[in-house]
Amino acid sequence: MDLSTILILSQDAFTSGAIYALLSLALILVFGVTRVVFIPQGEFVSYGALTLASLQLGVVPGTVWLLLILACLAAIMETVRLLLSGAVRKLPRSLAVILGPPLMIAVLVKVCAPMHLALGWQILLTMLLVMPMGPLIYRVAFRPLADASALVLLIAAVAVHFVLVGLGLLFFGAEGVRTPPFSDAQLTLAGLNISGQSLWVYASSFVFIGLLAWFFSKTLYGKALRAVAFNRNGARLVGISPDQAGTLSFALASIIGCLSGVLIGPITTIYYDSGFLIGLKGFVGAIFGGMASYPLAAAGAMMVGFSESFSSFWLSGYKDVVVFTMIIPVLLWRSLSTIHYEEEE
Amino acid sequence: MIRRIGLILFLLLLLIVPLLPSYYLTMGSYIGLYSMVAIGLVLLTGVTGLTSFGQAAFMGLGAYTSAVLTTQLAWSPWLTLLVALALTMLVAFILGAITLRMGGHYLPLATIAWGISLYFLFGTIPLLGGSTGISDVQALNLFGLELRDERLFYYLIWAVCLVALWISTNLLDSREGRAIRALKGGVTMVEAFGASGLRLKNIVFIYSAVLACLAGWLYAHMQRFVNPSPFGLNQGIELLFMIIIGGPFSFWGAISGAAVITLLKTFLQGILPKLIGQSGNFEIIVFGIIIVAVLQWMRGGIWTLVERLLPPKENRPVTDSSDLEMRTQPRHGTLLLKVDDMSKAYGGLMAVKNMSFEVSSGEIVGLIGPNGAGKSTMFNLISGEIPRSGGSVQFESHIISGLHPSQIARLGLSRTFQHVRLIPGMTTLENVMIGAYLRTHDGIFQAGLRMNKAADERVRAEAAHQLRRVGLEESMFLPAGSLPLGKQRIVEIARALCADPLLLLLDEPAAGLRHLEKKELAVLLSDLRSSGLSVLIVEHDMEFLMNLVDRFVVMEFGEKLAEGLPHEIRSNPAVLEAYLGGV
Amino acid sequence: MMAERLLSVRDLHVSYGKVEALYGTSLNVDRGTIVSVIGPNGAGKSTLLNALMGVLPSRGTVEFCGNDMGGVSIESRVAKGLCLVPETRELFAQMTVEDNLELGAFTRYRRGDKNIRKTLEMVYSLFTRLEQRRTQFAGSLSGGERQMLALGRALMSQPTLLMLDEPSLGLAPLIVKEILHTISDLRSTGVSILLIEQNARAALQISDYGYVLENGEIALEGLSSQLANNPRVIESYLGIGGGEGS
Repeated sequence: MDLSTILILSQDAFTSGAIYALLSLALILVFGVTRVVFIPQGEFVSYGALTLASLQLGVVPGTVWLLLILACLAAIMETVRLLLSGAVRKLPRSLAVILGPPLMIAVLVKVCAPMHLALGWQILLTMLLVMPMGPLIYRVAFRPLADASALVLLIAAVAVHFVLVGLGLLFFGAEGVRTPPFSDAQLTLAGLNISGQSLWVYASSFVFIGLLAWFFSKTLYGKALRAVAFNRNGARLVGISPDQAGTLSFALASIIGCLSGVLIGPITTIYYDSGFLIGLKGFVGAIFGGMASYPLAAAGAMMVGFSESFSSFWLSGYKDVVVFTMIIPVLLWRSLSTIHYEEEE
Repeated sequence: MIRRIGLILFLLLLLIVPLLPSYYLTMGSYIGLYSMVAIGLVLLTGVTGLTSFGQAAFMGLGAYTSAVLTTQLAWSPWLTLLVALALTMLVAFILGAITLRMGGHYLPLATIAWGISLYFLFGTIPLLGGSTGISDVQALNLFGLELRDERLFYYLIWAVCLVALWISTNLLDSREGRAIRALKGGVTMVEAFGASGLRLKNIVFIYSAVLACLAGWLYAHMQRFVNPSPFGLNQGIELLFMIIIGGPFSFWGAISGAAVITLLKTFLQGILPKLIGQSGNFEIIVFGIIIVAVLQWMRGGIWTLVERLLPPKENRPVTDSSDLEMRTQPRHGTLLLKVDDMSKAYGGLMAVKNMSFEVSSGEIVGLIGPNGAGKSTMFNLISGEIPRSGGSVQFESHIISGLHPSQIARLGLSRTFQHVRLIPGMTTLENVMIGAYLRTHDGIFQAGLRMNKAADERVRAEAAHQLRRVGLEESMFLPAGSLPLGKQRIVEIARALCADPLLLLLDEPAAGLRHLEKKELAVLLSDLRSSGLSVLIVEHDMEFLMNLVDRFVVMEFGEKLAEGLPHEIRSNPAVLEAYLGGV
Repeated sequence: MMAERLLSVRDLHVSYGKVEALYGTSLNVDRGTIVSVIGPNGAGKSTLLNALMGVLPSRGTVEFCGNDMGGVSIESRVAKGLCLVPETRELFAQMTVEDNLELGAFTRYRRGDKNIRKTLEMVYSLFTRLEQRRTQFAGSLSGGERQMLALGRALMSQPTLLMLDEPSLGLAPLIVKEILHTISDLRSTGVSILLIEQNARAALQISDYGYVLENGEIALEGLSSQLANNPRVIESYLGIGGGEGS
C-alpha cells in the first residue's frame, strides 16, 4: 500500500467517520434523556437520502404519507387518552397541535415537489419532512412506555425499526438512489484529490457538532436536556418536563439522521434499508463512549470509519464483519474500564 | 385438574397434526423448532431480565457447523452436534463474559452486532457456500432408522422441545433456579446469600444459546440444506417477538408465541403483497405495530389471558422434618465480629470515619444514630456490599474486609435489607428458600434432570420451619409482594435465618411494624439470642431497642459518638444532644 | 386578622402498594409563615412532602393558592410556585454550581422572565460560598455546600411555598445553625416554608406553627412555641423516655 492509497482511504474514513460521529451523538442524546436505545436512528438517514432523491426527480416523496400516517396514529392515541381521562375539552387544541404542522408540511411539499427547486430548498424541504417524525415516533411508541425498563424500551425500539423499514420499502420501493453531489469541485491538495462532497461532509459535520456543543453548554434548553440525562428526578423538581425533553431529543435525532442522509446520499447508493447498518455503526461509536460521553463517542465513530475504510481495501467482502466484530474488543475495553454497578429496576 | 386436562389436550393436538396435510405438518415442525429457542429466550428475557437478538445466529452456528462437517468431512451428525454445542457454548461464554458485567442493554447490542457479523460470514466465506448455501446435508440416523420422513422428524422435534420444556421447568424450581429468578431485582440480594450473579447470568445465556443451537442443528438435518437467510438478524428479532407476544414470563407463552408468529407470518406473507400490489416482506410492519401495542397494553403477552382463565396452581404440602446440617454456634461471649478503624469516603465526604467496635457471640448489639449518621454505610461495609476506603473487619478468625459478599455469606454472616429485597412474584416460601442457597449443592444438571428432589424437599421444610418460627406460616404460599411491608421485613429475617448464620445483620427490621408486631419481633430476637445466635441491628426505634439489646454503638457524622449499656446511653448527654439538637 | 391560606391539605392518603403510609392527614400553611412537621422516623414525613409535590400518587384534596392540585404534574406544580428540596437533594452532580442554579429558574426562563440574573445575585449574596465555587461541579461540593446549592436552586424558581425535607441532615452543628438561620431569614423575602426536620427543637424554634406526625397521622398540632414545651413532643420524637425532656 502506498502513501496515495493511504491518503485516499483516510479521506473516505474521515467522510464516513464524520457521519457516524453525528449519528452516535444523536444516539447518546436520546439514550441519556429517554433511556431508549434508539435502534431506528438509521432509518432517518435512509429517509433523508430517499426524500431528497424524490424531490430531485420532481416526485412527491413517500415520506409525506409516512409523516401523515404517524400524525394520524398520534392523533388517534391522543383522542383515546383524552376520552378516557374525560378531558374532552382539550381535544381540539391537542389535535391541532399534533396534526397541524405535519399537514401543513405535507401540503407544502406536495405543492413544491414538481417545481424542481434549487438544491438548497430541496434540502430544506427534506429536513422539514423528516424532522417531525422523531417527536411523533416518541409520542406514539415510547412516551406511553415512560415507566418501563430500559429492556422493554429497547425491544420497542427494535419493533419501531421493523415498522419504519417496512414502510420505507412500501413507500420508496426496493430501488436504491444516489443523489447528485452538492458541488462538483475537486480540490487538489498535495497531490490528493479531495471531492467537493467530502468537503461538504467535513464542514457540515464540523459546524453541526459545534452547534450542538454550543446548544448543550450555553443555552438553558440544552442544559435542561443534559440535566434530564443526569438526574431525571432532579430535573422534574426544577420544572423540566421529561416528556418535552424527550420530544426535543427525538427532534434532534431526526434532524441529525436526516442531515446525515442528505450528506451521504451523493457518496453511496442508499436503499430503504441501508440506514440500519449506518445507524449501527454510529452505535459502535456510542458504545465506545459508554453511551454517555460525546467526545469519546465521536472518537469511536472515527475509529469505525477508519477500520471500515481500510478493511474494504484489504478484506473487501468482510468489511461489515470487521466493523461489527470490532464491537467485541470495544465492549471488552468498556467492561474492564467500567466499575461494576448495580442496576435497579 | 383443569391444568392437567389442558396439558393432555395440548399433547393430543401435537399427535393430531401429523394426520393433517403436509402443510400443517411443516408448520408444526417449525413451531416446535422456534418454541425450543423461545423457551431459552423466556429464561433469558422474562425470567432473568436480559435479552438477545442473536438467537437466530446461534441457530445458524448449530446448523452450519453440522452442515459443513457432515458434507465436507462426512462426520456423523451426532458427533457434529457435540462440536456445534461446544462452539455455541464458547461463543456465548465469551459474549456473556464481556457484556454481562455492564448495564442490561450491552448484551442485546452485542448480540445484534454478532448476529450481523455471523450472517455476513455465512454469506461470504466460500467454504460455507456463500449465499447459495450448502445442500445435501446428511439425514439423521436414529437407532438405525433414517429420519427422511417429515412425520418422523416432526416427532423428533417435539420430543426434543418437550424435554427442553421439562428441563427448563425443573431448572427454575431448584436452588440455582430460584436465584436466577431473583436476578431481575439486581444481584445484591442473591450475592448476600452466597450465589454469584454474574455466573448465573452467564449460565442462563449459555443455556438459551444451547437451545437455539440445538434447534439450528435439527433445522439443518430436517431441511438437509442451509443458507444464510433464516439465521439473519431479522429472524433473531422475530424470535424475540415470539415471546413478547406469547408472554415472556412463561414457557407456555413461548410456545404460544412461536405458534402465533409462525402462523401469522405465513398468513401475512400470503395476503399482504396481494393487498399492496408489490412484493416484499411487509409482515414486519404488522409485527412491529403488534409488538409496540403489546408492550403498551399487555406486557404479559397473550398467555396472561389464558393464565387468568386457569385455576391457581395447587400448593404441594411441605414435609415436616428438616434435617439440613447446622453450624455449631461459637461459645457464648467469644469475639465474633471485630470492626477495626473502618472508613468510607464518597468523593470528599466521609460517610464513615475510623469506626471500631466489636460483637461477641450470643449478643444483640444496636447500631444507632440520627439520620444520615452513616449507619447503613457501616452495615454495608461489614457485609461487603460496598468497598471500604480503609480499616479492616474480622469475623471469627477470618479477615472479611475486601471479600466479595458471597464469600462473606459463606462464613456465616446473613443479613436483611433496609429496602426490602424480596421477589414479589415468588411465594413467601420460595423467597425464604433462597436463604438456604449455600446449604445444598445441587448444580444445574442435577436440577434440570430433577435429581435434586430430596435435597430440595429438605430446603423446603427448612424454609417452612423458619417461617413458622417468625409466625408467618399462614402466608407461606402467598406471593411475597402481597404482604404488607412490615411483614415483608419479617420474611427477610426468615430468609436470613434459613442460611443458618452465626451473625445476623438486621437493617431497620421494625420499620413499618405496628406496636404489637414490634413486641413479637422483640420476643423473636431474644429467643434467637437464647439459641446462641448473635445479632447486629440498625434501628431508629429506641423504645424497641432499649429493652432488647445488650449494648449500643452510637454513630454521628460517620464517627462513633458513644458505646455502652442501654442505661448509659439513655443518659449520655452527647447522645441526647445528637438526637435533640438545637439552634 | 385571618392570614391568607396558601396551602390546604384535606384527608390525604398515600399508600405504597397495599401499605398505607399516610392516612387522612390534614394541614394548612398560611402565606408568609414557616410551618414545621416533626415526628419520629418512618412516620411518613417525607412521604407527605413527596405527595404534595406530586412525586407520589395520593388521594384526598390538596389546594394550593386556591387551585386544586389533583392530577397536576410535578412540572406544573413547580410553575405554579411550589418547590421541593428533597432529602436526597437531587442536584445535577456533573454540572457546575451556576448551571444548577440557572436550571432552578427553568420555568421562569420559559415564561420569559427577565429578572433571573437578579435572583442569581440574590442567591450568591445569601450564600457567598456558592459564588466562590460557581464553576465547580456540584458533585465536588461538601455536604453543607450541597445543601446551600439545593436551597439556592430552589430559591431561583422564586417559589411561593418552599418545602424542605430535612435540611440539616448529615451536616455538622455549625453548618446546621447557618442553614437554619438562612431559612428563618427567608420569611422576610415573602416565601412561605413547609419544613420537615428531625432536629425537632431547632425546627420549632424557627417555625410559627407545628404539626407532629406519628404513624401516618397528625398526632398533635399547635403554635411552635407551645409545642416546644410539650413534653409529649420530645418523647414522641425521641422515644427515650426520661431524658432531659421530662
